[in-house]
Amino acid sequence: MYGISQEQLDEIDSLLIHELIGVGVHSAIVVDVAGNVIAEHDNGNNTTIDVHSFAALAAGNFAAVDAMAQLVGEQEFSLHFHKGETESIHFSKVNSDILLITIFGNDISLGFLRLKTTEVIEKIKSIWTTTQY
Amino acid sequence: MGFVNVKKKEVLIKIVYYGPGRGGKTTNLDYINNKFKERIKTDMVSIKTHGDRTLFFDFLPVDIGKIKGFDIKIQLYTVPGQVKYNATRKLVLKGVDGLVFVADSQVEMREKNKLALEQMKENLAAMNKDIAKIPLVLQYNKADLREEGIPLLDFETLEQDLNSDLGVPSFEGSAVTGYNVVKTLKKAISLTMISFKKELL
Repeated sequence: MYGISQEQLDEIDSLLIHELIGVGVHSAIVVDVAGNVIAEHDNGNNTTIDVHSFAALAAGNFAAVDAMAQLVGEQEFSLHFHKGETESIHFSKVNSDILLITIFGNDISLGFLRLKTTEVIEKIKSIWTTTQY
Repeated sequence: MGFVNVKKKEVLIKIVYYGPGRGGKTTNLDYINNKFKERIKTDMVSIKTHGDRTLFFDFLPVDIGKIKGFDIKIQLYTVPGQVKYNATRKLVLKGVDGLVFVADSQVEMREKNKLALEQMKENLAAMNKDIAKIPLVLQYNKADLREEGIPLLDFETLEQDLNSDLGVPSFEGSAVTGYNVVKTLKKAISLTMISFKKELL
């Protein structure tokens, strides 16, 4: 069992709200590799998703693709992207424990999103320096 | 690994149902899903093959109430039981907090139960987890088949085969009828909570 401090959670929340939701991302979720939801925010305008099931599937998906990477001789595929008609999903690895998932529409370009998520990942990394218990 | 969210005041716990193929892991979750519908706000997620067998995992989140102001959310997973899916089983075991091993009591499944338990031990060891330390409950499933005249292993034989080294709580059960399904889950939850308490002290 582990946890992070209220301050760390506040900082992550603030990043998701200002750096991702603030630029038009529909939903931003931080999950750990076991499938636990650590932080989640959405813009309130889109259909709410079942975030716990989503996190379980996302962690499973990420782990499966990681295993595939190793089969083709890669250490990992550090980001995945699924394109939908109106909603798309972008997964990226923050560190060996956690993933950042963003759901976004056609109004944001993939390039811009990648730029923003890269910035956010670096910031989360600097927040996620210690865990408790 | 269980996650404590001090901001949302919730504790997330991962309990995995493990066991040989066609042993009744998904049926356990189906029964829990039906029995506790009012506490389960979402549908059970199942990734199945066309033949209705678990391909990746089933997932069922259950809220069990509060402890010291924290909402306890239990996340139940099953693994695919078929031998060829061991890579997938390892992925699902990642971050596990507690385990239920669902054995198939049919006489013909005797060796498969032993193999699955042995492999679970190896998979845990690969993640630096010791089977002797992780909260674990055994369920000897399919007790209902006795009435249909299908030969089953008796409780003592199953204990000897699977639990002689482990010495963990074990129950005869029937996932189809619900016999001891909730009892098994409650025991797994209570053992997991006790182990968390130990970690915190």
